[in-house]
Amino acid sequence: MYVAVKGGEAAIDNAHRLLAEVRRGDPAVPELTVAQIREQMALLVDRVMAEGSLNDPDLAALALKQARGDVVEAVFLVRAFRTTLPRFGASVPLDTGAMALRRRVSATFKDLPGGQVLGPTFDYTHRLVDFALAEEGAPETAAEAEPREDAAATPRVTDLLGRDGLIEPSPLDDGTPLPDITREPVDYPCERATRLQALARGDEGFILALGYSTQRGYGRTHPFVGEIRVGTVEVEFVPEELGFPVPLGTVQVTECQMVNQFKGSRAVPPQFTRGYGLVFGQSERKAMAMALVDRALRAGELGEPLASPAQDQEFVLAHCDSLQATGFVEHLKLPHYVDFQAELELVRRLRAEFEAGREAAE
Amino acid sequence: MSEAYNFAYLDEGTKRMIRRALLKAVAVPGYQVPFASREMPMPYGWGTGGVQVTAAILGRSDVLKVIDQGADDTTNAVSIRRFFAKTAGVATTTRTTEATVIQTRHRIPETPLTEGQTLVYQVPIPEPLRFLEPRETETRQMHALAEYGLMHVKLYEDISRHGHIATTYAYPVEVAGRYVMDPSPTPKFDNPKMDDCPALQLFGAGRERRIYAVPPYTKVRSLDFEDHPFRVQTFTEPCALCGARGHYLDEVVTDDAGGRMFICSDTDACETRREDAR
Repeated sequence: MYVAVKGGEAAIDNAHRLLAEVRRGDPAVPELTVAQIREQMALLVDRVMAEGSLNDPDLAALALKQARGDVVEAVFLVRAFRTTLPRFGASVPLDTGAMALRRRVSATFKDLPGGQVLGPTFDYTHRLVDFALAEEGAPETAAEAEPREDAAATPRVTDLLGRDGLIEPSPLDDGTPLPDITREPVDYPCERATRLQALARGDEGFILALGYSTQRGYGRTHPFVGEIRVGTVEVEFVPEELGFPVPLGTVQVTECQMVNQFKGSRAVPPQFTRGYGLVFGQSERKAMAMALVDRALRAGELGEPLASPAQDQEFVLAHCDSLQATGFVEHLKLPHYVDFQAELELVRRLRAEFEAGREAAE
Repeated sequence: MSEAYNFAYLDEGTKRMIRRALLKAVAVPGYQVPFASREMPMPYGWGTGGVQVTAAILGRSDVLKVIDQGADDTTNAVSIRRFFAKTAGVATTTRTTEATVIQTRHRIPETPLTEGQTLVYQVPIPEPLRFLEPRETETRQMHALAEYGLMHVKLYEDISRHGHIATTYAYPVEVAGRYVMDPSPTPKFDNPKMDDCPALQLFGAGRERRIYAVPPYTKVRSLDFEDHPFRVQTFTEPCALCGARGHYLDEVVTDDAGGRMFICSDTDACETRREDAR
């Protein structure tokens, strides 16, 4: 005799205890510390902060530890924590022109004020596995660069181009309050500020693939990397009772200014257009892909034909969030007995009718 | 009850925002009200919309029941019930008759609901027209103009192809003679229970950021045609455990030789019948 399965509660508890055990792994191997993850898995921590929309390296590192290194799961932990934090206002716009640079490269000018600063990069490394890393050991000390005379003034490439009117101006801050996608549902069609917010926290893999698709002809934008800069910027906030900005601290960000071609029109002289990417931490891949997709999403505003997925804001924005995507995909493992039963009943009935029809025909 | 979080997890500002959306939803039955859905500590697609609605309406004296596929003991129902036991400290129950708030995924209880009860549905895709038209900008306009021809064409094409309307769950309904609404993926068996229901029915879609509602005693009509009237599923056998007829049944595979049995999907209704028989 069949007895309905009970004991879900005990099973859940046991599964969670087992999870805690396998998370720790072999107890003979020393346990990872949060500081180790933060320092040695820094780019992973950056990604969790970027997609988690919360600048807190220690929290991101802890989330990674708890999530057994699963990025989306760690992002989920950070987001669920973030949602409980009080929100007391918006910062003054970051001045990335005043960034303390760690890295700055331009693909449009060989040399320019402030120079090219390679900084810590995988670019030009040979991707050969360094078996020496399997052993512990201190790396060679990196050489200190002689400071350039013009290092203090590192204007953005887009500002240099803008001086001659060769690139469209950056939209002016007209004081209208910016939307906040975590506080208002996205209303399509939506403005660029909303789109950039969604892209900044969007899944790196998805944004990367979309950006790539624009390079392969699905919404071409003829991009040049005007500039990528990585470094720390000061975050300022204007408390209502003071009325002037006070610094809150610094954050590390990666900014990409993409310079894209544009033919011009009868009303607008030919000038380059912009695509913009900004993410927490060091993530050039994400910032560049974001800039490509941002530019592609401006197709309508720039009078370009809309024919490709990367130009379709409902398609891009509704599907770029890794939490929404993973939640809905993985919900398929929840029970669907009753819906499946309904389909089963229908298919059986249709098959019976099919057989009856065939017999009648014979 | 956990002290680190506010009553029922969400902060009061968020609850107020959700309540405003709920009030609008009740005022315009079947209309999808956008709301600023929060990230919850359970994944999107696992009931975050329902959880937020429940969190916003729950009071200390409420008695909560949570079901998934009609059952109180499925893992996700257990997880959500525990979440509120922990964050709100409210009493929980598996008895439909004892509950003041029932959060559900995919079923409406067999026991008729009464005045004062609230049924909170977890909704994955709130837009009934989504699979006919993927664009929100388009579907919004279609609702505004009550332009539901596309849906009727879809149902007609089902009939011409299969001889039946081939939608067995998430079967579209018209609410209060105006908006076409997705009842969430409940089997169409449950659609008639929505009509003229004495309980308040609230629908939360967290990932899609929409809330909608059917106020008590509202007309809910399943879309159909005069010559192809709406019909619910019927089962030839009664429940193998409690003998009920007229309940929705789950098919349970008992062996690998084609053995099957049918049992009530609503575990509370099934247990109550078995207790009464004792």
